[in-house]
Amino acid sequence: MTKKQKKVLYRIIVAFAMVILVTILTNIISIPWVVEGALYLAAYFVIGYDILKKALKGIRNRQVFDENFLMAVATVGAIALGDFKEGVAVMLFYQIGELFQSIAVGRSRKNIAALMDIRPDYANIMVDGRLEKVDPDEVAIGSEIIINPGERVPIDGMIVAGTTTLNTSALTGESVPRDAAKGDEVISGCINLSGVITVKTTKDFGDSTVSKILDLVENSSMKKSRSENFITKFARYYTPAVCYSALVLAILPPVIRYFMGTNPQTGAWIVRALTFLVISCPCALVISIPLSFFGGIGCASTNGILVKGSNYLEALSKTRCIVFDKTGTLTKGVFEVTQLHPENDFSKEALIEYAAYAESASAHPISLSLKKAYGQEITLDKVRDIREIAGHGVCANVFGKRVLVGNRKLMEQEHIRVTDYSRAGTVVYVAVDGAYAGCIVISDVVKETTKDAIKMLHAQGIETVMLTGDAKAAAQRVASEIGVKNVRSELLPADKVAEVECLLQQKGQKDKLAFVGDGINDAPVLSRADIGIAMGALGSDAAIEAADIVLMDDDPAKIALAMRISRKTLSIVKQNIVFALLVKAACLVLGALGIANMWIAIFADVGVMVLAVLNATRALRIRKA
Amino acid sequence: MKKTYKVEVDCANCAAKMEEATKKTPGVKDATLSFMALKLTVEFEDGADIDSVMKAVVKNCKVVEDDCEIFL
Repeated sequence: MTKKQKKVLYRIIVAFAMVILVTILTNIISIPWVVEGALYLAAYFVIGYDILKKALKGIRNRQVFDENFLMAVATVGAIALGDFKEGVAVMLFYQIGELFQSIAVGRSRKNIAALMDIRPDYANIMVDGRLEKVDPDEVAIGSEIIINPGERVPIDGMIVAGTTTLNTSALTGESVPRDAAKGDEVISGCINLSGVITVKTTKDFGDSTVSKILDLVENSSMKKSRSENFITKFARYYTPAVCYSALVLAILPPVIRYFMGTNPQTGAWIVRALTFLVISCPCALVISIPLSFFGGIGCASTNGILVKGSNYLEALSKTRCIVFDKTGTLTKGVFEVTQLHPENDFSKEALIEYAAYAESASAHPISLSLKKAYGQEITLDKVRDIREIAGHGVCANVFGKRVLVGNRKLMEQEHIRVTDYSRAGTVVYVAVDGAYAGCIVISDVVKETTKDAIKMLHAQGIETVMLTGDAKAAAQRVASEIGVKNVRSELLPADKVAEVECLLQQKGQKDKLAFVGDGINDAPVLSRADIGIAMGALGSDAAIEAADIVLMDDDPAKIALAMRISRKTLSIVKQNIVFALLVKAACLVLGALGIANMWIAIFADVGVMVLAVLNATRALRIRKA
Repeated sequence: MKKTYKVEVDCANCAAKMEEATKKTPGVKDATLSFMALKLTVEFEDGADIDSVMKAVVKNCKVVEDDCEIFL
């Protein structure tokens, strides 16, 4: 509790004790009503003096419709009508409600701050052989900093000495530690787990990942959602409207009754009007919505999903169609040997061995994947006469045999009959001493989580589309493996924009379209889609700039999680709007009819607010699945 | 030119009113006040004297909500 909150708490306790004391006193002994009134008034001033002061200031500044004014009018009105106890009690409950709300909001602020507590406080630098702690802001680019186990990496850089494992969970939500050794890049915000490392910084603190992320999350509540804007606008009309209704309620019925010749009951109607005023405060609405979005964004960022604004979280919940880029998003974007088809009595091992040796001199991604699949050291003196045949493959002497490794054209040139596997992906054929030895299929590998992610999205009723620059056969194979039906292949980067434009026109007015890419060469498409989602952004400034939602790691399952968080948040927002409006409307009607008294009015004001705030904080705790 | 200021205010509706008051201050192009982050971001018009504009902003905010603080 802050000092301010404590002060209010003491005042509540004192005033409450005074009210009870007076109540008991009046029951035991008969005291003149003047004394009783004076005692109640004393309690009233203890609890309400600041509200009265603020109300007076409000009147002087011509801000008559603020809540202080409303509470002052309502309670002073009650006292003027002779109901001292009610005047004190209303003020008392109002203050209790305000205190509650203040604590709840303060706590959720703190919770979110704790979730995003990744700001490093210091960096260790070596000065005259001694470690010194300095402000990360003061470390120049190219300095060497030392990071001990348990410390947070303060600035982006490269390891120049030491090996360690890093915990990236604060950035990515990923709990498996990452190994890092000399020459590896380290990203600020990670926690160094096991070894002492020396890092040469490559960026200023202000440009480091951790600063960028904090900036992004802290500013996300600046981009307000449509529901937020709606409610502020609504509040602007709602409060005056209720106040004028209260005025009408206080004057019109008594006047009509007077002219009809019945008892005007002026007092009763004024009480009803005062009840109206208490209900009129729009705070419950105005606070619960940004709070829900704040919670949702906070929850997303602990899972490694950075949402740049409440408006994007809102838009995500309305997304009906997600367009994926294939390479690097659904697939790993690296080539791997996926199938071996040996023939003519060659074994799988022999097939890959011949291919790896023949390709040993090349640095082409396909050669690298062959060497990786072979997995053993290559003894270079076993290979001779390597000759590259451009656009076809290589020819080499391996273990004294003439080995040909390459595409179909190469085999045709050498008059070697092959079995066709071209539907499967990129195929490398191997021939040894003029005999066909089999073929090796190399393809881009689908990420482990892709299939489940697509399934989860389909279960949520979302349409998926895959765009790729790859050949049709390879694209179809990946699409059927992961379960995406709608595929557009052989696209140039510009075609992708055109495809997204086309999809944008097909979708419904209110539906949104999201595009998921790796953020490096997808920038135009990312900005064209309603929501651009960049993946694997850890350490990539370009992706963080271009996208609206940033996934720190490259797990496509996070998209389904982000969708869930956005929908949950929006449903909480809707619950709050509907709940608050319904309760207020009901209380207004009951108040006008004279059924609802001041107590119910207080509930409609602060009670609803506290409940809405509590409901809003649920957005912080949305679980994975 | 955009600048961000820390604010202190207790109620959400007052924050909305302060945002409105800031927007109406001469020299301010646009403004957002996030009640959750307690931050006021002001976009100034070109050539505006930031110090005097912010003084006016504080004054205007005090009018709509006396119990507020903007840390310049």
